[in-house]
Amino acid sequence: MEIIDILLAASFWEAAIRIATPLIFGVLGALICERAGVLNLGIEGIFTAGAMAGWMAVWLGAGLWGGVLVAALAGAFFGLIHAILTVPLGLSQHVSGIGVTLLATSLSYFTYRTALPDVSSPPRIEPFRPLDIPFLSDLPFIGQALFSQTAMTMLALVLVFVTGWVLYRTPLGLAIRAVGDNPSSVEAQGLSVYGLRIGAVVVGSSLMALGGAFLTMSAFDAFFFGMINGRGWVCIALTVFASWRPGKALIGALLFGAFDAFQVRLQTEVGAFLPSQVFLMMPYILSIIALIVLARKADYPKALLVPWFKGQR
Amino acid sequence: MSSAAHTSPETSQDLLLSLAGVTKRFGALVANDAIDLTVHKSEIVALLGENGAGKTTLMNILFGHYVADEGTVTVASRDGNLEQLEPGAPQAALDAGIGMVHQHFTLAENLTGLDNIVLGTEPIFRLRRDRSTARAKLGELMAGSGLNVDLDQPVYKLTVGEKQRVEILKALYRDARLLVLDEPTAVLTPQEADSLFAILRKLAANGLAVIIIAHKLAEVLAVSHRIAVLRGGAKVGEMLTSDANHKSIAELMVGREVPASRRTARDPGKPVIPLRDVTIDRGDSRRSLHGVNVTAREGEILGIAGVSGNGQAALAQLIAGLDKPDSGTVEIFGETVTKFDAHTFAQNGIARIPEDRHHDGMVGSMTVAENIAIEDVRSPEYQKLGFLDFDAIRKRAEHAISDYDVRCPGPDAPARLLSGGNIQKLILARVLEKSPKLILANQPSRGLDVGAQSEVHRRLLAARQGGAAVILISEDLDELLTISDQIAVIHAGHITPAMPTDSIDRSELGLMMAGQKAATHAAHAATTTNPGETA
Repeated sequence: MEIIDILLAASFWEAAIRIATPLIFGVLGALICERAGVLNLGIEGIFTAGAMAGWMAVWLGAGLWGGVLVAALAGAFFGLIHAILTVPLGLSQHVSGIGVTLLATSLSYFTYRTALPDVSSPPRIEPFRPLDIPFLSDLPFIGQALFSQTAMTMLALVLVFVTGWVLYRTPLGLAIRAVGDNPSSVEAQGLSVYGLRIGAVVVGSSLMALGGAFLTMSAFDAFFFGMINGRGWVCIALTVFASWRPGKALIGALLFGAFDAFQVRLQTEVGAFLPSQVFLMMPYILSIIALIVLARKADYPKALLVPWFKGQR
Repeated sequence: MSSAAHTSPETSQDLLLSLAGVTKRFGALVANDAIDLTVHKSEIVALLGENGAGKTTLMNILFGHYVADEGTVTVASRDGNLEQLEPGAPQAALDAGIGMVHQHFTLAENLTGLDNIVLGTEPIFRLRRDRSTARAKLGELMAGSGLNVDLDQPVYKLTVGEKQRVEILKALYRDARLLVLDEPTAVLTPQEADSLFAILRKLAANGLAVIIIAHKLAEVLAVSHRIAVLRGGAKVGEMLTSDANHKSIAELMVGREVPASRRTARDPGKPVIPLRDVTIDRGDSRRSLHGVNVTAREGEILGIAGVSGNGQAALAQLIAGLDKPDSGTVEIFGETVTKFDAHTFAQNGIARIPEDRHHDGMVGSMTVAENIAIEDVRSPEYQKLGFLDFDAIRKRAEHAISDYDVRCPGPDAPARLLSGGNIQKLILARVLEKSPKLILANQPSRGLDVGAQSEVHRRLLAARQGGAAVILISEDLDELLTISDQIAVIHAGHITPAMPTDSIDRSELGLMMAGQKAATHAAHAATTTNPGETA
């Protein structure tokens, strides 16, 4: 039974978690934006910008964590553009988001090409190495699957917990959930609707950019065109699948990672009995099923996509 | 609280809020004209006025949403000093202890009542929320006021009355000393309104000052201590409630004598739409009917009395052709209906005044003219070579605007700019101009001011006089008893046989609406006459 063997191998789970990492960053970012009532379709471009900015900072000698910071700032910058367009100006979140994706993608490629006009192969950096935590990394199975990941994967897992805590246990999280549900409730209680929404979009976009940075600084060691390859869009679908909850977002991202790792192994070890595209479709199919089931439930952010203007009742 | 500086302790010591000479202009329109108003501790002041009289503008100034052009707002601070309130700062009003309950609730539906109340009261950057302190304080507030509500339910699961309680708790939780309620009873059933008033009296007895913005006189007389009347932006009268008289206030509000609606005797004609043993079972009692017999006859207004949520929605949907019965038959002029769709029903002369006039009665983003024509776009009258004939549509809209006194900038204005009363006039114009055979009027005067209400009644009575049958679904007993010829009571999907209005005792009707006595009265009515069967 090759399938069972695949599923029981520690290397399979290691790959699943690694593939899931950028999605965890992305889906957390998308979830924070949407909880505040703003859909951020700039995600695909922000991934690209994060990947490029993080990589370039390291290449220019900023150090790996310096690169992470630069990527987050790049994400915050594009998030701020999206936030200004959609929150105080109240423009269509779809149009603005797709605009940000086009802008961020093109700007990233442009910067890359301008900085490196004539290279034949992408320059490499020294990426994050797998951790070697004493004792933990030596545990059987889980040591390889979980504790030999890179520092960015650990960061992503910690952020799942942090996001959950902030959203459900702190006054700030309560305000974010309220502003995504009914902005008037926030205004009536003396809080700033614009402040909360802009803040959430900026922070959420930074997390998305970290997803991109993981690809160039942890999974690979270079930046190349088309490397995001729809991962941002997957995160938008996973957000719905997760019904805007960080814990379920983690499960969704891992599920996607597992599917991806599984189909690669199936093809190499068993042979391609199904086209790989079938597996690539899976997360979307799951999300559509989740949507059908969830659409009747009331706990989606009610004010998602609805612009709010001051003095409006 | 020190009273040494004051000369007249009973009034000035307890003075909480004083508006002096408040004027607000929007372009040429004077929304508030030099208004003076004072409110004292433990006092319930009713601010009465028709829609557009300036009540909401005044409260928006108090709340810092607008800045007054002239005049001052002074609030007694917690230690008794009178201080001017910073204009245009909602946070200053909140800090001064002014709480507002808007007509449209400002609650996040997915959050619990507790979360909605606590929102914004804690410093925002904190690692943990302190729910137990909040719970303890709210427990005390609920016990002291009777504002009981399950705080751990998400708000969307609460009834309208419960949501309003959450709104009031929100203000009290912030130690409000003055509570402003904008049209608090517009969305409540009579029972919920009574319980709200009991709570407000209790809160006032504990020292809270209350301003109720209202236009329903009977309620205002029941709950307030003092009444201030606004008309056209100016304060036209102020009196103690004990000195007030229903008729004089109504005239003060409207600025002219309000014609009392009166039925004139008329013999009913043929039955228009008899329902026989109709059952619609949707599992939910609000949307179900059980073995219902209802007959509307020409030249007769049949009132359907009941607390909302007892099957009125199912009845209205059925008569509008939007739903079909599980069992039983519906006839229109003696022919059994087999095809239940709105268009067929409309073609048979059935017109409807929907319950939610903003949502089901019009399309806000479309113009007044388009809204007038919207139900008749298929009629050749509005078509030219297969295209809409906008000249004809606009002409009809202009007629409707002048005939029905719809106050709006013109036929091309978006309908959402109209006030509730004017939207209802627009719907009346659309419905009545077609000379319908049957008018289904579902809560036609809910939320309207006295003037608009009397206009609705006058129009329905005129349609009745012209031979139309009217089914009037309402929970307003005054309305039902004034204009209906017969009244049937709906409760939990069951409808009693119709009873002649003149034979009905008001308190008995109230009990039947609450589901009591229904059986005995129904039996009694059945032995006398069943109007549906006689014609």
